[in-house]
Amino acid sequence: MTYWLQRAGALARAPAFAAGVRDMLTTLPGLGAWGLVTGVAVVKAGLSLPLALFMTLTVYAGTAQLAVLPLLAAGAPLWMVWFTALCVNLRFVVVSTLWRSYFDHLRLRHRLALGYFSGDIMFVLFTQRYPEGVKQAEQLPYFWGMASASWLGWQIPSIAGVFLANVIPLEWGLGFAGVLAILGVLYAMLKDTATWVAATVSAAAAVAAFGLPLRFNTLVAIATAVVAGLVMETAQKKGLRHGR
Amino acid sequence: MDAETHWLWSWLATAGLALITLVTRAFFLIPKEPLPMPQWLSRGLQYAPLAALTAVVAPEIFMTDGHFLTTWQDARLPAAACATLYFVLRRDILGTIAVGMLVYLPLHIGGGW
Repeated sequence: MTYWLQRAGALARAPAFAAGVRDMLTTLPGLGAWGLVTGVAVVKAGLSLPLALFMTLTVYAGTAQLAVLPLLAAGAPLWMVWFTALCVNLRFVVVSTLWRSYFDHLRLRHRLALGYFSGDIMFVLFTQRYPEGVKQAEQLPYFWGMASASWLGWQIPSIAGVFLANVIPLEWGLGFAGVLAILGVLYAMLKDTATWVAATVSAAAAVAAFGLPLRFNTLVAIATAVVAGLVMETAQKKGLRHGR
Repeated sequence: MDAETHWLWSWLATAGLALITLVTRAFFLIPKEPLPMPQWLSRGLQYAPLAALTAVVAPEIFMTDGHFLTTWQDARLPAAACATLYFVLRRDILGTIAVGMLVYLPLHIGGGW
């Protein structure tokens, strides 16, 4: 126990930890508004107060929570609840292949913890700071700085939402702040033709395939964007070789 | 379901959801050995996080109840447009959120857009 506390203390004192907190902070008003709305929605779906708190603190996945709430409210079979969450979360499985290149030297317990705390926005911010895919010692404190800010920035508003569910009307659409935060993060990533094309293709595919069940539209969008990005890279290389 | 079964079912369901978060987010971090992956695939996967975020956000801007917007009078459109313009000018995420919400909330709550 003391060993872990010492280790956590050393991580938190590293300068990169503060940088991670700082980079995450800019997105927190958006993420927090989303957390607040999710907390409200959990209670409105009819979950008891202790269960709502348990869900907020342990599940820690906004899109999955929102997707299964109607199923929980309707008393759907367990397998259906779990299968839905699994499908909504498949995008994380894809992104976990990328975290590997930075953290596969750590022990299993630490790798599991990293995975659990890695949200949607974090990898994007992480690669802006470390685009090369090369391991550096400061990456671990940077990750935990982002993860701590992200956890608190989600949990505090989400718990507030659980307690204030009857005061905060969902009709206000406060969750739109979360959409705007992601939009900002996305724009910051668009650095060349390939990323522009990948993002445009992904947006179009996600909307066009929205009719698919279990949010499979996300997977369709990722697959088409990956192909589009690769095609663009190849085309650009050919263009360079032929001297334009 | 009687009350007791329902209680057990809902707690079990939620505990399972927590486990699913852990397993999906950590999935390819679990094996110790390197993943056998063709080079083109690992290069292509660099676009996955960007694509995943876009796929989460695009329907939230352009769709209502599973259908493409049929009207321009939707607060999300001018809000997203102003937020985009702000980002282009300042490249600042915090301000992007603020500008977007300043346009969105009055139109949505006040104007019913």
